[in-house]
Amino acid sequence: MTDEQPRAVAGTTYGAGALLILGAVLGLFLMARAADPVMGFHGFLFVAFCVLGVYWLIARHSGGDADAGRAAAQSVRYNDAVVRAGVVASTFWGVIGFTVGLVIALQLAFPVLNFDLPWTNFGRLRPLHTSAVIFAFGGNVLIATSFHVVQRTCRARLAGDLAPWFVFWGYNFFIVIAATGYVLGVTQAKEYAEPEWYADLWLTVVWVVYLLVFLATLWRRKEPHIYVANWFYLAFIVTVAVLHIVNGLAVPVAWSGTASYSLFAGVQSALIQWWYGHNAVGFFLTAGFLGIMYYFVPKQAERPVYSYRLSIVHFWTLIFLYIWAGPHHLHYTALPDWAQTLGMTFSIMLWMPSWGGMINGLMTLSGAWDKLRTDPVIRMLVISIAFYGMSTFEGPVMSIKAVNSLSHYTDWTIGHVHSGALGWVGFVSFGAIYFLTPVLWQRQRLYSLKLVNLHFWVATIGILLYITAMWVSGILQGLMWRAYDTLGFLEYSFVETVEAMHPFYVIRAAGGALFVIGSLIMAYNVWRTIRGDLREEDSVSSPQTIAAAPAG
Amino acid sequence: MIKHATIEKNSILLTVLVLIVVSIGGLVEIAPLFYLESTIEKVQGMRPYSPLELAGRKIYIRDGCYNCHSQMIRPLRDEVERYGPYSLAAESMYDHPFQWGSKRTGPDLARVGGRYSDDWHAAHMKNPRSLVPESIMPGYPYLATTPLDYALIAAELEANRAVGVPYTEEMIESAEADLKAQVDPDDDGFDDLLARYPKAQVRDFDGDPEVISELDAMIAYLQMLGTLVDFETYKAEDNLR
Amino acid sequence: MAYQDVVAFSGIFGLIFFMVLFAGVLIYALWPGNKRKFDEAARMPLKED
Repeated sequence: MTDEQPRAVAGTTYGAGALLILGAVLGLFLMARAADPVMGFHGFLFVAFCVLGVYWLIARHSGGDADAGRAAAQSVRYNDAVVRAGVVASTFWGVIGFTVGLVIALQLAFPVLNFDLPWTNFGRLRPLHTSAVIFAFGGNVLIATSFHVVQRTCRARLAGDLAPWFVFWGYNFFIVIAATGYVLGVTQAKEYAEPEWYADLWLTVVWVVYLLVFLATLWRRKEPHIYVANWFYLAFIVTVAVLHIVNGLAVPVAWSGTASYSLFAGVQSALIQWWYGHNAVGFFLTAGFLGIMYYFVPKQAERPVYSYRLSIVHFWTLIFLYIWAGPHHLHYTALPDWAQTLGMTFSIMLWMPSWGGMINGLMTLSGAWDKLRTDPVIRMLVISIAFYGMSTFEGPVMSIKAVNSLSHYTDWTIGHVHSGALGWVGFVSFGAIYFLTPVLWQRQRLYSLKLVNLHFWVATIGILLYITAMWVSGILQGLMWRAYDTLGFLEYSFVETVEAMHPFYVIRAAGGALFVIGSLIMAYNVWRTIRGDLREEDSVSSPQTIAAAPAG
Repeated sequence: MIKHATIEKNSILLTVLVLIVVSIGGLVEIAPLFYLESTIEKVQGMRPYSPLELAGRKIYIRDGCYNCHSQMIRPLRDEVERYGPYSLAAESMYDHPFQWGSKRTGPDLARVGGRYSDDWHAAHMKNPRSLVPESIMPGYPYLATTPLDYALIAAELEANRAVGVPYTEEMIESAEADLKAQVDPDDDGFDDLLARYPKAQVRDFDGDPEVISELDAMIAYLQMLGTLVDFETYKAEDNLR
Repeated sequence: MAYQDVVAFSGIFGLIFFMVLFAGVLIYALWPGNKRKFDEAARMPLKED
């Protein structure tokens, strides 16, 4: 079987080249026939993507295998190159996404920063921020870690030669199309599903290849079991495909134009959107990142997960409860009551599996709690699990209709999202990146563990500032909206409640700035590690963790 | 050989089980919305957007207004007093997609139609802080200076019809004429426009009769929001659900 | 299908479906024969790199 591989690779290379040339022709055709300028621009980007792809194929074919040297040291020839690319992309998009978040936080505090231009107003930059952090940063982290984890836990090389690269580059091309589209005013107006129909179609293709690469790697495995982290990754990939396809159904205005109209209207479109939206949280930002937790926490702690049985119960209960929770985004709206009640019930039940998972993650450290003191990477992973526990407790509380009547439409929701996004998704991703960088580039250890420690504290203080500011502003605004004076009139005009938010928006921006600084520290640390530098420092870390890192 | 096959089956089995588990939740929750008659109330007065209003709605979407403004008044005392009668499902039945929003950085707009004058909107869009000093809304001065691009307006209506909005052949054919007629009360198409789109407001919205600007469309859209349903004839008890 | 039917259906079906599913998951996870398998699986990430 291995003997056949070189010939097969050459065959797929020609096939891929032909497809890329076909794609370039399609892009040129789109440029020529575009119904609007943005489609013309995106056609141009597609041509560039395809041409660069052909160039990359040729360069790759004539160049040697960069991994050949290390392959001898491994029992399995892992495909680490695509994971390395994913780590770099994640770090890059993280810095970009957090920075855009800081910009829009400042815009809310100081509206003059909107500059009153089409491309810089809050309405267009906010989707840019959410997509950059969720899909660009989070998505690249998920693709990179899933490719790493599935190889190591299956003890098999990633399936396909070009397919994983297509997933990586195709996905990042989708990000570029979506992001440039938002800034130029192309959006479907559905939160976290803003990309227009043609970007959605492209993502569908990429996603199907992603699923096939993942499944095919599972089929090659030399282990009898499919490790639980892979269950979570698989559920994430499969469910996101279903959500994306259903929610994205739309009829374009013109085949060569950017605009489209969603297949669903009004109340149905609202429920389908929030069924999508909440499960983007549930399966993209939770299930996928739980896959990270179930691999990287045992790895960094050097002990198996606390209870494998609990992880199985965690998996099934989480996925079958999450899918129902969407309607809690629509409490007291024109959505029928039965759907609201259903959504609330399942949201409250979700607390159980969430905390089961939290306990499982935290208790993995039992007997090794000293590592919290000595290893800043494990500290990052543990605090992420703590934030996971906190936001999955807050979520069910906010899904109770009475609480929601106050919290909905306010900054409390924003605070809740960010305690999950910055605390859980952010920190667990940082932990994975810090773990992966020395392993993938075969460095003795990270450039500096002290900088990891600094990143940890700067970012943690940033998160605390952020979420406390949003709690106060959210609850304050909710209470002001419903305040009555002694004569029975509404006490505050709307704009008075906006004015009251100002100090909290400033504090939030300060917290966000700290988080951005933290990500820059990480980027620097990752860059120096890749260069092969080692900073002389007293051990923040125990000798064991240093010894463990280079084994990969 | 056999062993390998069963191993392969396991991951397929896992995939299928995941699909079943997540599909049931979605199906049981979402499917009834489409055929339960009580999902959308029976009301008088709802009609598809006029071409100009639809163009305005597109600008509303393009510039991300939904990120800060909801269009969904909940049946809570303070909201009804602040914004007007609570929103009905029927009022967004032609919104592909819905614009209910999720955040009120600015006020709800579900019934903003008729609340302020056109002049107020025009000045507010150009510089919100000239009218509301504490406002944190971005300014959109370029709406007034950018001519509305309505080359594809008939295709827009057609796409809406494809997803279920009851635009007639006649409406699609006269889309461009209707759009122009709505900003010019002296236009010959005035009566036809009102016959096709009852309650459509016809005037020059942005204060500049020379061009049909994006601001014309935007204000036309804002001024019709929440004004269609006839609450005189609407009886909530008939629509208990 | 009327509103009441939806309520009855989702109530009964939901209860049975979830009880069965949850029981199945618990039995699978706690089945004594599976213990060795799970212990082995749990050690998988630590084997080598």
